[in-house]
Amino acid sequence: MKHVLSVLVENQAGVLNKITGLFSRRAFNIESLAVGVTDDESVSRITMIVDGGNSAIDQVEKQLNKLVCVIKVREIDEDDMVGKELIIIKVNANSKSRGELKDLCDIMHAKIDDISGTTLTLELADTPERIELFQNMLRPYTILEVARTGLIAVQKGPSYMG
Amino acid sequence: MITGAAAMRHCLEAEGVTRIFGYPGAAIHHVYEELSNTDTIKHILVRQEQNAGHMASGYARTTGQVGVCLVTSGPGAANLFTAIATAYMDSIPIVAITGQVNSNLLGRDVFQEIDTTGAVSPFIKHSYLIKNVHDIPRVFKEAFYIARSGRPGPVLIDFPVDIQKQMLHFSYPETVNLRGYKPSTEGNAKQIKKVAETISEAERPLLCVGGGVFSADARDLVIRLSEEAGIPVVTTMMGVGALPSSHPMNLGMIGAYGHQTANKALNETDLLVIIGARVGDRAFTSPGKVEKKSKTIHIDIDPAEIGKNVSTTVPLVGDIKLVLAKLLEENPRASCEAWCNMICEEADKEKSKVPSARTHTIGPKRLMRELGVQIEDNALVVGDVGQNQIWAAKYLPIRNGRFLTTGGLGTMGYSLPAAIGAKIANPDTQTLVICGDGSFQMMFNELSTMVENGLDIKIVLLNNRTLGMVCELQRIECYKNFCVALPAVPDFQVLASAFGVKSRCISGDEDMVSAIGEMLSHKGPFLLECIVSPDEGTKTMYEVM
Repeated sequence: MKHVLSVLVENQAGVLNKITGLFSRRAFNIESLAVGVTDDESVSRITMIVDGGNSAIDQVEKQLNKLVCVIKVREIDEDDMVGKELIIIKVNANSKSRGELKDLCDIMHAKIDDISGTTLTLELADTPERIELFQNMLRPYTILEVARTGLIAVQKGPSYMG
Repeated sequence: MITGAAAMRHCLEAEGVTRIFGYPGAAIHHVYEELSNTDTIKHILVRQEQNAGHMASGYARTTGQVGVCLVTSGPGAANLFTAIATAYMDSIPIVAITGQVNSNLLGRDVFQEIDTTGAVSPFIKHSYLIKNVHDIPRVFKEAFYIARSGRPGPVLIDFPVDIQKQMLHFSYPETVNLRGYKPSTEGNAKQIKKVAETISEAERPLLCVGGGVFSADARDLVIRLSEEAGIPVVTTMMGVGALPSSHPMNLGMIGAYGHQTANKALNETDLLVIIGARVGDRAFTSPGKVEKKSKTIHIDIDPAEIGKNVSTTVPLVGDIKLVLAKLLEENPRASCEAWCNMICEEADKEKSKVPSARTHTIGPKRLMRELGVQIEDNALVVGDVGQNQIWAAKYLPIRNGRFLTTGGLGTMGYSLPAAIGAKIANPDTQTLVICGDGSFQMMFNELSTMVENGLDIKIVLLNNRTLGMVCELQRIECYKNFCVALPAVPDFQVLASAFGVKSRCISGDEDMVSAIGEMLSHKGPFLLECIVSPDEGTKTMYEVM
């Protein structure tokens, strides 16, 4: 069972190391992890997808809370969040396939970032499911390179984490 | 303006530190120079860095204050790691200060450099690497606060040698503001009521007490709860001594090596009240059965311990002292007299059993029993790790003193250094070390420290020329005892005299009473070597939960 955790941490050297160290030591599985500074420069937000049962996630939250560098931990309800991931993907493209790829981008609301004689570089910011779909649709054209950010998310509605 | 090293000294003085256990080295030498400028802080030179950590642990456990140790970078820090891990597993508040190489050379693999804070991170409560001299006052203030508050534990400060010499304007902060660290101590009032209600509904309630009771200084309250509510008590190894061994409600120690009655009670209870214990695998060999058979109330300062190893009916997060005081106001009363009387009677029988005598060797159980008779009421007993630890925990009755051991990490060589730390803190308290010939050989270098500081510590060495605990495990598996025999060297009597320590060796139960008497009445340290048969065992062999 996948869970999305949002973690506010001190924006200091070594903090990410403490968090990933905790996960490996306690045998928790991180599926994706994205870090960035928040509006307050001293605070970073880590969004992670963790795989595990409810009691395992409960332990993850409690163990994270024990770290002095962790300010807040909250599980985000997947049905009630704004969550996006960014993918940048380079595919083989020649004069024949370029049109089809452009159609695909239009359908998925993806952008073409770069073009060369033999390739196209595309970008899409969307939910992990739609990113997955986009990537699957591109497979027949030979994917050369993929970079994904991992999910970032906030809860919908007026409540916030600060 | 003062130097970073001087700032450190002022910080320690402000925290009321009077003893530091340490070993010097190149990356910490400015600090050592600075320590010569203080009359309030006495430095105790250890013989190996690991023991500085254990001494700080013994000091902390018997004073309730934070123990402090000081070592150099690289190998000094690495030697200390075992002691830090030990303190972490046993939740003991220590602050470890480690020298570090020049801050502008960090990461270049220079002489005696290791990534100290990186290496300790899995087994430490918190750590700091000082990169700016102006951070020193805040870092020390926070480190002491974090070490002693909430669930106590070790905190490390890595202190680069160049920063020790840099200058700052010193002022020690009065308060700590850590937005990511706010332990909750009070205990939720509703949950406290619910605990009292649940207790009153139980038919066979049982208190299970762990080391947290000592951290919270709540022994009196545990005894009151047991007596007023009428609930019998079992302890984990870390909880031994929470109430006197002879207390009629004390059923003894649970676990793989525990007392029969205590384990039986754990099997029969319908409400287990866990107080300051983390449900470790040695104490609770199958927590799954506990969940099925009984309700559980879990009281602990660390929310992460609740529900980690056993699911909980009523969780209660808070400082045990505060929580139990409030719980007692609710007047919890169990109605379990018949069961309680029956189980306490059984425990009484188990306690009064006299272990059979031996002729050519010393029976360890009988030895522990006799030590318990002759030691002072408030004596401090420090057990090492192995068979000696089990025998001491189980058969040496503690009255109003303490039993210290490392129940969590099980670090051999803990006892003598921990006893040194404790004795330095409590010079008037009778202090005993119980160890085996294996553990003794991991720590006897600290006899120098003991003698140098004039410490009157009595060492009871159980010599079976074997690593007995491993031998027992191998025997259970029908293995052939490879690699667990120790040779008949050294001669421990000659060894003791090399350190100027009076000693005696006994090998028959008939000499036991007089030898213990001689040891305890001798003024100064004493080594009592007891020849034990390698066939002596510890296992209860009781089908435990």
